Amino acid sequence: MKGLPYKIAGLLLILFSLTYGLWSEVPELPIIEQSIRNLFYHVSMWFAMVAMMAASFGNAIGFLSSEDMARDRRSISLAETGMFFSVLGLLTGMLWAKFTWGAWWTNDPKLNGTAITMLIYLAYFVLRNSIDDPRKRARISGVYNIFAFVMMIVFIGILPRMTDSLHPGNGGNPGFNSYDLDNRLRLVFYPAVLGWILVGTWIASLRYRIRNLEE
Amino acid sequence: MKKQIALFSVFAPLTAAAQNDGMMYGNEKMNVVIGVITIIFIGLGAYLFSLDRKIKKLEDEK
Repeated sequence: MKGLPYKIAGLLLILFSLTYGLWSEVPELPIIEQSIRNLFYHVSMWFAMVAMMAASFGNAIGFLSSEDMARDRRSISLAETGMFFSVLGLLTGMLWAKFTWGAWWTNDPKLNGTAITMLIYLAYFVLRNSIDDPRKRARISGVYNIFAFVMMIVFIGILPRMTDSLHPGNGGNPGFNSYDLDNRLRLVFYPAVLGWILVGTWIASLRYRIRNLEE
Repeated sequence: MKKQIALFSVFAPLTAAAQNDGMMYGNEKMNVVIGVITIIFIGLGAYLFSLDRKIKKLEDEK
């Protein structure tokens, strides 16, 4: 099997975060308490999503400069996988928010920015489905992909940092790294992020290969 | 048959842990939950591998 080492590495890294992430000592924080462990699971969904969208963006540019249809198939497969992670990130975030901030949804700029980002990417899928000619579809959606990626950076990377936000590291709030430790959290969080990115790449490659078969 | 034996041997450490009053009873039985999560996740991983192999087969046929 091609890429077997990275597939196994990805699964093992996630497994490590699922097991050791529950065993490990975590900092004692008011209100958040044990739910700080969601850092390993909820936040890594978003990191995986951003990584998938970045790779999708890279392939969109790759297609536009080379007209290589395989690049277009990679681009859409990665965007679909990124969308999958963002849905998981949103649902897990809502659950965490309910028991930390007291509501399923707040008017936090990061939440609304994420919602807008997801709608932008939904429009990308709709746009693709509405064009029958493959080359035309690849070109138009490639350009749209660049727009969508830049908007994502603005809506979840920049704007939330410029106003008040409930999220750590945004709007003058301290980031997670200022919570005493926090090498204890990092030890699980970084492997989890890497693991999900690797498994995300794997899932995207499966979608890509199915697309190749459909050609 | 060999496959089945291999499958059962995966559970050997788990049954051992259950018998000697050890690990699985620790942490207020949180370890049991971690065990359940592990089994589910290994199942998902195996499923991904089987999908991968199915697609490979289709690619080879093409």
